[in-house]
Amino acid sequence: MQTLFDALSLGSLYALGALGIALIFGVMRLVNFAHGDVISFSIFALLWPSTDAVAIVFAGELPWFVLIPFVLAMGAGLSVLSEIIVFRRFRRANPATMMIASFALGFVIRYFLLMLFSSRPKSISLLPALSQPVEILGARIPLLQVITIIATIAILFALTAFLKRTRFGLEMRAAAENFTMARMLGVRANRVIMGAFALSGALAAAIGLILAAQTGTVDIQMGASVMLMAFIATVIGGLGSLPGAVLAGFLLGAASVVMQTVLPIDARPFRDAFVYGAVIMVLIFRPQGLIAARGTKERV
Amino acid sequence: MSMIRRTISTPILLVLILIAIALIAVAAGSRPFNQTVIDIFLRVILVVGLYIFIGNSGVMSFGHIGFTCLGAYAAAWLTIPPMMKQTLLPGLPDWLMAMHLPYWAGAGFAAVWAAIWAAVFGKILMRLSGIAASIATFAMLAMINTVYSNWESVTAATSSVVGIPIIRSIWPYLMAAIIAVIVAWAHAISRAGLALRAARDEPTAAAASGVDIPKQRLIAFILSGAVMGMGGALFAHSIGVVTPDTFYLTLTFTTLSMLVVGGIGSLSGAVLGVVILSSLIQALRWLEAGVTIGTTTLAIPNGLQEIALGIVMILILIRRPAGIMANSELRWPGFTTKHRASTANPGEDPGNKSTQQ
Repeated sequence: MQTLFDALSLGSLYALGALGIALIFGVMRLVNFAHGDVISFSIFALLWPSTDAVAIVFAGELPWFVLIPFVLAMGAGLSVLSEIIVFRRFRRANPATMMIASFALGFVIRYFLLMLFSSRPKSISLLPALSQPVEILGARIPLLQVITIIATIAILFALTAFLKRTRFGLEMRAAAENFTMARMLGVRANRVIMGAFALSGALAAAIGLILAAQTGTVDIQMGASVMLMAFIATVIGGLGSLPGAVLAGFLLGAASVVMQTVLPIDARPFRDAFVYGAVIMVLIFRPQGLIAARGTKERV
Repeated sequence: MSMIRRTISTPILLVLILIAIALIAVAAGSRPFNQTVIDIFLRVILVVGLYIFIGNSGVMSFGHIGFTCLGAYAAAWLTIPPMMKQTLLPGLPDWLMAMHLPYWAGAGFAAVWAAIWAAVFGKILMRLSGIAASIATFAMLAMINTVYSNWESVTAATSSVVGIPIIRSIWPYLMAAIIAVIVAWAHAISRAGLALRAARDEPTAAAASGVDIPKQRLIAFILSGAVMGMGGALFAHSIGVVTPDTFYLTLTFTTLSMLVVGGIGSLSGAVLGVVILSSLIQALRWLEAGVTIGTTTLAIPNGLQEIALGIVMILILIRRPAGIMANSELRWPGFTTKHRASTANPGEDPGNKSTQQ
């Protein structure tokens, strides 16, 4: 039972991250390496600049119903800003160039945070009420895990509804499928791309919130590890396919947690090597991803 | 042969650039600057190693720094004095424990060791292409990193392996960088290199003309793995300490950035990307330390160096999305356009080399 919840909550994080990356890849074929740094940035937006080990919270004292939208807005804002300032100039560049540009941008954000906050991890108590355990079917599960899972499911439903039911969602799906065609039919490209960036940034902020509440610490590297797993999930889910990204995110989370309990003790430190080995196997057998997105197939 | 004659000017010019840098270091004669130049040569080796695979095959690889890691640890195993190895890395097999090679032999074996693993991984990975291949190479890097970060008895896990003989002279590094450039050039004009570039530009046509794409990619992968392994060994000798995290994401992205800024499809771009970005980093470091103008000392705040570097990289890429050299190579200025047009990049209009890809 505990394992199941561990797997689900880890999977939720990866799934949210993968969604954020897949959204942007879908509309502009950009593999956004700055995503992890958006995660860190949105949580650091809560703190005053300082180099002390204990965080000086400035916006964190807000009640939760103000705090959460504030963090989400910070993530979305930074993400949209990076689109306007940087990625807009790369519309015609090839994917490798865009990828390196996004990496360079992430680098800038990370060192900006480093300048203001230093590289030491800081302890922060965010929404402390959530760390109490609750009992579900005889197992003691941290309330936060339950909330993480419920929130992820809620976000997924909301996003699906948004993409399927609203005009903007329709435009976004059209753009993901065939960008040139969508533009010719009157979809405003820049608006759609900005929308994708805003959503992706808000998702990144949600991950930041969950991570900070879970671990009780923040540091400028915190986004990186989630981002990498999310990035892998996006690819094995089928680049540009949103359901695929979510599915693969949960699968990766499950694989990590299950291997932790199944592997013999000696092999446990090498768990990640097994997970990555499994990733390679999936790619060999399904190079187009678990759920291949239309329009991204190679023509050869 | 005419192929050699038509393209030989590129490696010669690049080697001259490298030698010029070495001579500047000798003339300056200061130790910190010496170290800077050694770093430049090391990055030249690594970025040229990346170019051999990425540039010719067009497949982005995030995994090559894994081979650098393999090479660096191989150098550590082979060149640390046996007495130190016994306490530091007790899990090594006896024959390896007893071995104590000079650095150049260690670097040679490191290259072979990395090449063997490149062959093993490449055999599996080269069937993939596009972004799936990139992610698979990244997974490979992460696997190597996980194993080396946890295998306590052989790699000392995440703690540093010390005692690797430090080489302070710049000449071995210059030699190795020159070797890397020449290997890359020789591969690029060889049958395998030409077939691979054909497959990069027109996969369907190349496959139809009998190019075995996975095989050609594998050849380039092994060769670049060997160069990366050699680079890793020398890297270890330049600082005397290795940890698995030295050879992970940061180094991967630094080297990839240099390749992309220089121009992915160009050997000259690989070398110039390193030289330009390294000089920029060095200039920013000096600014960070403070520059005295008259009576006031101007210094930029700490951390601004990296931010400025990131911004400059973005600006270069906005101006030249295909990199500084795009797809062209440095050549003798006196060469006729006929020669230029017919070399490494078939179909390229000699007058118009800025917009490629």
